[in-house]
Amino acid sequence: MDLARQRETVRRLREFLPERSVLWAEEDTRPYECDGLTAYRAVPMVVALPESEEEVRRILRTCSEGGVPVVPRGAGTGLSGGALPLGNGVLLSMAKFMRIVRLDPRARVAVVQPGVRNAAISEAAAAFGLYYAPDPSSQIACTIGGNVSENSGGVHCLKYGLTVHNVLRVRGFTVDGEPLEIGAESLDSPGYDLLALAIGSEGMLMVVTEVTVRLLPKPDCARVVLASFDDVQTAGDAVAAVISAGIIPAGLEMMDRAATRAVEQFVGAGYDLEAAALLLCESDGTSAEVEHEVERMERVLRSAGATRIAVSRDEAERLRFWSGRKAAFPAVGRISPDYYCMDGTIPRRRLGEVLRFIGELEKKYGLRCPNVFHAGDGNLHPLILFDANDPEQLARTEQFAAEVLEKCVEVGGTITGEHGVGVEKINQMCTQFRSQELEAFLAVKAAFDPTGLLNPGKAVPTLARCAEYGRMRVHGGALPHPELPRF
Amino acid sequence: MTLEAIRERVRAASERRSPLRLRGGGSKDFYGGEPHGEMLDLSRYAGIASYEPTELVVTARCGTPLAELESELAARGQYLPFEPPHFAPGATVGGCVAAGLSGPGRAAVGAVRDYVLGVKVIDGGGRLLAFGGQVMKNVAGYDVSRLFAGSLGTLGVIAEVSLKVLPAPQAEMSLSLEMPLERALDACNRWAALPLPVSASAWHDGELVVRLRGSEAGVQSAARKIGGAPRDASAFWTSVRDQTHPFFASPGSLWRASLPPTAAPLGLPCTELVEWGGALRWVKGDVDSKLVREAARRSGGHATLFRGVERGDGAFAPLSPVVMRLHRALKSAFDPHGIFNPGRLYPGL
Ligand SMILES: Cc1cc2nc3c(=O)[nH]c(=O)nc-3n(C[C@H](O)[C@H](O)[C@H](O)COP(=O)(O)OP(=O)(O)OC[C@H]3O[C@@H](n4cnc5c(N)ncnc54)[C@H](O)[C@@H]3O)c2cc1C
Repeated sequence: MDLARQRETVRRLREFLPERSVLWAEEDTRPYECDGLTAYRAVPMVVALPESEEEVRRILRTCSEGGVPVVPRGAGTGLSGGALPLGNGVLLSMAKFMRIVRLDPRARVAVVQPGVRNAAISEAAAAFGLYYAPDPSSQIACTIGGNVSENSGGVHCLKYGLTVHNVLRVRGFTVDGEPLEIGAESLDSPGYDLLALAIGSEGMLMVVTEVTVRLLPKPDCARVVLASFDDVQTAGDAVAAVISAGIIPAGLEMMDRAATRAVEQFVGAGYDLEAAALLLCESDGTSAEVEHEVERMERVLRSAGATRIAVSRDEAERLRFWSGRKAAFPAVGRISPDYYCMDGTIPRRRLGEVLRFIGELEKKYGLRCPNVFHAGDGNLHPLILFDANDPEQLARTEQFAAEVLEKCVEVGGTITGEHGVGVEKINQMCTQFRSQELEAFLAVKAAFDPTGLLNPGKAVPTLARCAEYGRMRVHGGALPHPELPRF
Repeated sequence: MTLEAIRERVRAASERRSPLRLRGGGSKDFYGGEPHGEMLDLSRYAGIASYEPTELVVTARCGTPLAELESELAARGQYLPFEPPHFAPGATVGGCVAAGLSGPGRAAVGAVRDYVLGVKVIDGGGRLLAFGGQVMKNVAGYDVSRLFAGSLGTLGVIAEVSLKVLPAPQAEMSLSLEMPLERALDACNRWAALPLPVSASAWHDGELVVRLRGSEAGVQSAARKIGGAPRDASAFWTSVRDQTHPFFASPGSLWRASLPPTAAPLGLPCTELVEWGGALRWVKGDVDSKLVREAARRSGGHATLFRGVERGDGAFAPLSPVVMRLHRALKSAFDPHGIFNPGRLYPGL
């Protein structure tokens, strides 16, 4: 670490920030060394914890004047290393922006600060019969600022959309501290859709200091159908059958046997552990609508080959059926020292095929890989189980993951459906895109951030990097991210 | 017409620095700034490239007539939920996405941009770029596909687009209620906060028409809650969408004010037709631009001069200086020589 640079940065920030808002001693900055992707770590040079928009503005100005890179951070639950700090930069934690500024039940909007937790919005809106629809599994911890930056999804996104469909406006600053407001409480703002660019931009285009979200009326009632299948291929085909029957379930999730067995020990959701795969298919609406739709779902699932069907009888049972799905990641975390979560999206009709492919890779690499995922969206989350203390296992894991992601691209999908590229999948960007599209992304970045000081090195690879990655692969040395700290 | 031919035209125009006027069916020639430049007719680059009903995705070339796309979808029991306005028989898919306009269902189900999954575009250098794809969720790279929705052809040629489609609703019913605007706004906002399948609303001249869409059971029980008289309205909704309703024939310029749905009536000396549960106010009459823009701004929204007697100083509400700077930077990233539809969105862009 460049101590003179650190001292100078701290001195300049302390000119307007109180002592508690500037961290630099290693014992204070170490907790920020990684996000949810713990494989990558770097202790930031300085951590800044602003409490007002004016402080954010001045931090950004100070950093851009000093040529110091800035990495924004919410709750640090991101799974692709988007909030990975830089050893020569400032980590800008938005954790103190925790206020719900305004909740207008009549207009069905909430104006919130970026550090507000996702679940806290729905909790505050519940009194009015409203809620915020996108519900990542991490919703009790992750922040709306992080959701905006990753365009996060959840189990209800098939019917109610992703973050990009549920955010009306963001306010914040460009990297040089210029205030920027995009979108409005009114619809379809004039000009280019900058909101679509800002959402999912992984903290690389602007720092978000306020978000206006749309709230939806809570459905009167919801029930979930739990269907068992003898093999994953049939379950995959059943997903397509539900959609082609003209049903858009409120949620349509799949878990294979390795996953159900892991969660059953953990939460006791009451799953059929003999089934090779389970589908959770939810209906919501008025009770008459739900009754009718559940009947149709049952009929379709049965004729698609479901061997057993259970329908939640009351709210407690519905929550119990979901509890296993919601706890899947932590449950898997208990049966293996480490797991590696992937996030590719594929066309639904290729589900069976890709799951079989993953099954073969399990044998090829000698590593287990349970699957729990957003089947209705075709968004896979294979979880490769490994032990990070064994470098050889780690190398196999990385090759396994790279093969899966490349398969997703090959069948017409994408390397990331909701977790973002971050540092983790930056090399696979070279597989998914040609240089000309990457150049366009770099140009978008430069339009917002000409100096490249905001969260540099994430999400969009340079062309030189892709050339290097290509050469490495041609030479068969399949070790990605050679310059990054190892697990 | 081949893709290669379009790219050739773009490259030639780019070399000569000569502006191109991109045109699909010409159904929205009236919209935005005055079109000028050499005509690049995209209507013959047409056809549905792929359609997978179980994937809920259709991919169409830009010149595909909207009407053809809609009837293909209808044959498989699906539809475009955002109900794009046609305005004239020749409307194309490319024009629909470039204009970014959505119809009566917008407030309930989202806008064009919400259904754009991927695009293939031709940039100012004649390169064919592909963004997004055909899957429901995709966060690899910035969301450039949606950026092209509503860009009015100023960033490049939208050659092909993949759209998310949905199963057509099983049941539909429209109800007519007599009430003044203030009460209609209040009612629409109350209903929108309840789990009711309200999919469109239009108030004009003392009548509020509400459309319900969903399951048979849901529509029936909502109809009982809302009241009013059932009305045969499919022609009515098309007339609102395509502006053949008599309101649009009244004299004066047509303004489109987009406001928070709870905003009080604008109180301008004009006639009004109000859609989207109060979020869209069509204003017709002879009023000063400044007056309309200022009224919309004060209510927390913006106003577009949709069909002007004179196009005057720009159709769209002015942008803040920072946002305008970003527009310029994006424009020059995709269209460095400024050949695509200059001035159609903002003067100088
Ligand atoms: C157990 C578990 C389950 C998960 N389940 C899901 C799921 O179902 N769906 C899903 O989509 N994701 C899921 N995630 C991933 C993660 O929770 C989301 O990506 C979430 O949106 C990150 O929010 P955060 O506040 O933790 O952001 P962080 O991790 O702190 O940051 C994420 C990115 O946003 C940027 N950022 C944060 N705040 C701001 C700001 N104010 N301005 C500008 N940039 C900012 C950061 O620089 C970084 O690039 C899961 C994660 C875990 C650990």
